[in-house]
Formats: sequence, structure tokens, C-alpha cells
Amino acid sequence: MSSRFALSLLAVATAAAISSCGSTETPAAAPVAAVPVASAPAASTPAAPALSITDPWVKTAKKGMTAAFGTLVNNSGADITVVSGASPLSPMIELHEVVESDGKMVMQPKKGGFVIPAGGTHELTPGGDHIMIMDAKQPVEPGAEIPFTLTLADGGTFEFTALGKDFAGAKEDYQPGMDMGGESDNG
Amino acid sequence: MAELTRRGLLTGGVVAGVVALAPAAPALSARAAETAVAFHGPRQAGVATEPQAHAVFVAFDLRKDTDRDALARMMRLLTDDARRLTQGRPALADTEPELAASPARLTVTFGFGPGLYAHADAKSPIRPLPRFAVDKLDKKWSGGDLLVQICADDPLTVTHALRMIVKDARSFATVRWTQRGFRRAAGTQPSGHTQRNVMGQMDGTANPRPGTPEFDLAVWRPDGTTQLVVRRIRAELETWDAADVVAREFTIGRRLSTGAPLTGTREQDPPDFAAAGAHGFPVISEYAHIRRAHVGDPSLRILRRVYNYDEEVTSQGHADSGLVFASYQADIERQFVPIQKRLAEADLLNEWITPIGAAVFAIPKGCDEKGWIGQEVLS
Repeated sequence: MSSRFALSLLAVATAAAISSCGSTETPAAAPVAAVPVASAPAASTPAAPALSITDPWVKTAKKGMTAAFGTLVNNSGADITVVSGASPLSPMIELHEVVESDGKMVMQPKKGGFVIPAGGTHELTPGGDHIMIMDAKQPVEPGAEIPFTLTLADGGTFEFTALGKDFAGAKEDYQPGMDMGGESDNG
Repeated sequence: MAELTRRGLLTGGVVAGVVALAPAAPALSARAAETAVAFHGPRQAGVATEPQAHAVFVAFDLRKDTDRDALARMMRLLTDDARRLTQGRPALADTEPELAASPARLTVTFGFGPGLYAHADAKSPIRPLPRFAVDKLDKKWSGGDLLVQICADDPLTVTHALRMIVKDARSFATVRWTQRGFRRAAGTQPSGHTQRNVMGQMDGTANPRPGTPEFDLAVWRPDGTTQLVVRRIRAELETWDAADVVAREFTIGRRLSTGAPLTGTREQDPPDFAAAGAHGFPVISEYAHIRRAHVGDPSLRILRRVYNYDEEVTSQGHADSGLVFASYQADIERQFVPIQKRLAEADLLNEWITPIGAAVFAIPKGCDEKGWIGQEVLS
């Protein structure tokens, strides 16, 4: 379904999205240069959307910070970049990574967002990349179905529902540039 | 929610996982598939399923604020755990996903106690058992709003499933009791072989056979539900030790060696309750267990799906052993209660057994890929 033309164009567009996102801390501000290209493969096979997610879940919380996880699956022949996330839970949602800094694991906004390789997957997992809910306005109850919308580099969106799940880990004691505390390699 | 397919597991899992494990993954998955019991269907698994070697029964008390809406959320979560784990897949947010790889015929069966229906503002199809004269019930082993029966041929699989289920239930409920049980190890006896209990007796000879019309009549209701009685029955092994073989066989009405009725030669020979001995007394005593428990009408029989228990030995060397008696029947009042009344009135075996726990649960029907257990009750 995906022609060489689409593949090569998308690679260029994705590269552009990453480099432009790399300069900003706010993934939502990413340009939408990739729109016509990335939407092409999805349109050709409506039965199998370009992007899907398996096992989406969100850590339960009374309020404040929590995070969503799952495995993003790219069913298309071109890379897909997720540049921002949104949910009725909170006006403040960020795409985060966990990196080592001075011997400690810290979380921070992921520059360029999440890139799901063509035909590949990208795991969002405690201790790794995740969708960070900074200030939940309502409780995330166990078994609740929480809607999320991801915005792609091409300006397209992808919606999914994550299941509220009690989880002891993924402690998001987040301060920008600070030790996230609680999460560690052997945790 | 999106379901991870087996193919997705193999391709996506291996791509994303550790490369060194890739060659072993297909073989493990093939073995896991062989030992998985289907979760989806019109009736819950773990009833007609040939009993696995290990079981844990866990009963919960619902928290005060667990209302109908919360119950629906809870059952969605627990159903999701069960459908994944039984198929050899990690539960969602499984902290030990490696332990899910071998389902070992894992079944997870849910039961609703009378209290759950009260929380859901729904009419309960069951009510607590009447008090029987022989009962010495301990609250510690009795009652419960929600039951989960977890069975597998591997005890570590049971432990992992229990851990996941409890972690997802405890926001909604507290644990009331946990009863672990075992049968002979998987593969040590032919399929369908009658088990022995800790007293050495054959247990379940008269059970209806899965796949027969008699089984369906006795166990299932037309809507795919059934009803479960769980009783903890302590075996008084110290006094049982004092009973000789003749007394033991007279008590039961069967030979200990073969399980055959005293009037027959093979286990499955029908007992001849009219047969009289040399002095005119019945060969099978009026008070023998199998006479008191006998049910002629196949629709009134019960399915015994029992497990042995064996807890800590006391400092004096006394056993704490017995039976986690679990019976499935279409209608507790119509089938179980009359049998238990007859046994409580006069069963020679009563001298050596003591019921110390009792609970009843309605077993909701099964569900399909998109549904969840209890949906017809709670949504």
C-alpha cells in the first residue's frame, strides 16, 4: 500500500518534525509539515489504522500527577511521530521520557515526542517513556475508562481509552529537572 | 480495549523485547497454548473443567462505598486479568509478566455472594445455607460477597493469578478468607480418575460426567449460570487413626482399596442398597455415608469439585487437614440442602469430620471477548 514515494517523503517529514521539535520544550508547538504524507497510508486501508495502541492503562490517582502507558503500534510503512497528548483529565499533559542524569533516573519532556518506527512499536511503560498527566482535576478510579487524544506530527489525531489500574510503581514525584524519586532501575 | 493477539505477541513482543530470548519465545508460546483453557464462552470455565491440581478460593467483603458502578468497574478489571492470565498473557500492568507465560490450565471463576447483590441493589438468586446440626462454623472460613476460584496445574501460576486478582480487587473489597487446596499432581493419574481425600477415601465417584446430559441438567441453569457451595470440612485424623479398615468401610459403604461399594467389585458398580448380609442386616448400613448421600434423580445430583487442605501441624504433631468442599449445582436449595440435611441427621462419617466453614455463591454466566463477567447483573 505504501509506495516508495510515500516512504521517502515521510522519512523526510519525520526528520523535519523531530529536528523542529528538538528546539522546544512544548511538543504541542510542533509544526504540522507532515500532514499530507502521513495521512496517505491510513486513507488507503481504513480497516487498519496507521496508529493503534495495545494494552492502554493509566495509573489510578486521587488527583494531581499520574501517567498513562501502553504499546503504540505503527501499522503503516512510514514512521509516525506523536507530538502531544490531551485528556479531559487535565489541561496539562506531557510526553515524557526517563533518562539517567548524574547517576540518577530522572523524567523529563521528550524532545521531538514519541517516534513509532514504520511497522514497529513504541512502548510506554513505568520507568520508560510515558504520557504524563501533570494535574488531574478528577480522580482516576480503578476500572475507569479514561479517554486520551494524541496529536501526530502531521496534525492528525488518534484517540484511545485507557483503563484505570492500581499500580504501586510509576511514582511521578515530578519536578522539572529534579530527581523523580521512587522510580529506579531496580525498582 | 484493544486485544493483543498471539501473533501480535510474537512479532511485537519479540521486536520490543530482549533479542536473546527470541528463539525460545515461539516454543514457550506453543506450550502455553497447549495448556490454556478457553476463558470466553456462554458458561464460566473452572466448573466443567477437569479439576486442576492446585486451587485457591479467595472470598472478599465489599467495602461500604462499593456500589453498583464500582462493582462494574471491579468486574471489568478482574475479567480483564482473568482473560489474559488464563491464556498465558501477562495481566495489564503485571509487575511479574514472566510468571504468566505458563497458564498450566489456569481457570479463574467468579462467584457472587448474597451481599454483592445487596450492594448492587439486585435480587440475590441465592441465600445462606441453613444451619446444620453438625456445623461448627468459624466466621474466619464463612460467608463472603465475592468469590474467586483460581485453579491451575502449577502452584506458582495460581499464586501469580491470586496476586493480580487481589491487587485489582482491594480498592473495592477486603479479603475475608483464603483457602488453598490440592489434588494429586497433574499427570500422575489418568484423566477422570477419582481423587482420594486425606482420609484415604475415594471422593467424587458419583459425580456427573462433563459432556453428558445428566451433567448439564444437574449443574447448569438455562441462562449459563450455576451455584456454588464452599464448605471447609476438617478431618479428625487423630480419631480416624483409631478406626480399623472394617469400621472405615462400614462408615462409608465402600471398599477403601478399590472404591467399590460393599455390594460390588468395581468403583462404578451401582450400590445395592437392598442387599442384606448373613444376619439380615443391610450390607450397606442405613447410616453409611453413600446411602445418606445417595440421590436417584440425576437432576438432583451435585458436582463435587473438591480439594484437600493440609495446614500447619501442631507442636504435638496433630494434623490440620481436611477438605475444601466445593460443589456446583443448578439450585443449592433443591439439590445441596436436602443431601446435607440427610447427612447432618445421620451419617456415620460425622464422627470424623467437622464442617468449620460455609459460603454460597451464584456463578454468573460466561462472557465473550468484549464482555465481562457479571455484566448482565451489574450494567
